[in-house]
Amino acid sequence: MADARSGNGTAPIMELIGVSKQFLETAAVRDVSMSVYPSEVTCLLGDNGAGKSTLIKIMSGVYQPTAGGLRVDGHPVVLSSPRAAQALGIGTVHQDDGTLPLMSVSRNFFLGREPVKGWGPARRIDKKRANVMTVEQLTALGITRVTNGEQPVGTLSGGERQALAISRALYFGARLLILDEPTSSLGVREAGLVLRLIQQAKARGVAIVFITHNAHHAMTVGDRFTVLIHGKVAEQFGRGEQTREDLINLMAGGRELESLQAALEELDQSSGTDNSWTPPTASGIKRMPPADPSSFPLTRSEG
Amino acid sequence: MTRAAAGVGDEPGAGRYRLLQVRILRRLVRAPEFGVGVAAVLIYGFFAVVGGSRGFLTLTGTTSWLDTASQLGIIAIPLGLLMISGSFDLSIGSMVGAGSVTVGVVTGYLHQGLWLAVVIAAAVALAVGIGNGLLVARTALHSFIVTLAANLIVSGLGLAISLAVTGTTSVPVAVSGLSAKFFNWHWGQLSVSTFWWLAIALVGGWVLAKTRAGNWITATGGDPERARRAGVMTSRVTVCLFICTALASTFVGVLQAVQYTTGDPTTGQSYVFEAAIVVVIGGVLISGGYGTILGVVLGTLIFGIASAGLFYTGWDTNYADVLIGILMVVAVLTNNFLRRLATTTVKKGRLA
Repeated sequence: MADARSGNGTAPIMELIGVSKQFLETAAVRDVSMSVYPSEVTCLLGDNGAGKSTLIKIMSGVYQPTAGGLRVDGHPVVLSSPRAAQALGIGTVHQDDGTLPLMSVSRNFFLGREPVKGWGPARRIDKKRANVMTVEQLTALGITRVTNGEQPVGTLSGGERQALAISRALYFGARLLILDEPTSSLGVREAGLVLRLIQQAKARGVAIVFITHNAHHAMTVGDRFTVLIHGKVAEQFGRGEQTREDLINLMAGGRELESLQAALEELDQSSGTDNSWTPPTASGIKRMPPADPSSFPLTRSEG
Repeated sequence: MTRAAAGVGDEPGAGRYRLLQVRILRRLVRAPEFGVGVAAVLIYGFFAVVGGSRGFLTLTGTTSWLDTASQLGIIAIPLGLLMISGSFDLSIGSMVGAGSVTVGVVTGYLHQGLWLAVVIAAAVALAVGIGNGLLVARTALHSFIVTLAANLIVSGLGLAISLAVTGTTSVPVAVSGLSAKFFNWHWGQLSVSTFWWLAIALVGGWVLAKTRAGNWITATGGDPERARRAGVMTSRVTVCLFICTALASTFVGVLQAVQYTTGDPTTGQSYVFEAAIVVVIGGVLISGGYGTILGVVLGTLIFGIASAGLFYTGWDTNYADVLIGILMVVAVLTNNFLRRLATTTVKKGRLA
């Protein structure tokens, strides 16, 4: 399952080599190898319980693999904590985006790394600078509606909060950005905003790992794809090597679903009733309203 | 606080609601103590009209409610910070008694200097604060349980030690000279307690609004998990604030012992509720993550005015509790409204 050389000829930022993670009896991740390159979006896809969350927790230093290893910039590393991963330029934006709604945009942006001025007991947060820099960073990513750093985050939309979290990670030096389901709770336009941010981060040379259930979103921005089923790599391919429908089938478990669909159709015909409800299968999805044509309604986000 | 959403007539319904939401939130976040301030002025005005003829407005009347507010306020400020960080401290009640009885035993019974008593009391406070803080930060136990236990342990020990050593729970205090001036001194009729309160309020307000520590306190109360992920040392925040509440309540115990010339391990239990009440009236969210020191100060003033003011109306002073109870309900409802407003995600947000 060795990864091909990156399309643009650069060396990978991070490599996973035969990574496994065992929780007591259960193997959450089994022998996964993948490489993440700068200026590329690597999509990590799979059903609930496929091991996506475990895998990104290994990549962001929350878990240590029970077998296999990680390389960053070609050197073997042990990511002992999220902080250690951050020090190597690995930034993670979790599904809940990590913002605090009752605090201001700039206080959120600089939380834990506040710029200060003054000495001794007079040392205080440089609010003016924090506000200016926050608005600057957001504007650079195309978020123009936030013009005041004092605005509480609770007034931002879900997409804007994701944008805040992403710009924060980038500002504090992330070269590899792990995005855990950033579009799963967003509407169509909001998801579009986040996808655009992913493109922008990619254009800056950042490597992105994009976890999603939404094959459409993945196909829009992805350069390479890894599909996990039951903790194992089911398929790895590059942009344009598979159709969207192939991808949806893969994510849903492929042949398992096809046989289920066949069984359901058989049942339908034998009962003879005109059932207007379409089972939410791969073919059913294509008939969904055009707003979000290929999101997968059977699956919900993994906590 | 005008509700008029002027100039948004061309927006669809969701947009108008959203603009209104943003507008109210911005205003409240800029001045969340606005409502408390209005309440304080109204209540002062009420007692000025009703109790003015009986002396509420005189210097004596004023110092009477300032005195009530001051000692309570010294505890309420660190408690406010602690509650903003998402924890609670019930052990403040017994820490007041511990401070008080320490002064009694050391000065009145052992005939040592007041400073020695202060050092011993501070050491006890430090130990209790660290104990509370570590238990809350390191275990999943709720601060309510941890500090309820601490309150029992400290008050039980205070009584037992006081009885064992001196044979009484009301130890006379013997202090004089310069050291006593720090705790019992008057400028005109103004007690030194009021100046201590002012100083602590200024420091607390500065820390919360201006410093990194303040940012960390608010974030810890907002969501400890997210704060930790962002790099905030939430355990350190919690432990430091528990030390502050313990030190402040011990300090009030020392003030009372010197001012009333009696060391009493049972004094101060009423602060357990009163301090929490004024913090909540002051606009601090019970669940943490939001609040200001000015709000807490105004909440404390309201409490002082209401409880001392009723004395000047000639009515039954028990009505003070009724008034405070009503204010608390109003404050909590306002806070909940505010939080709902701030945490409701508007789905159809307009994007540039």
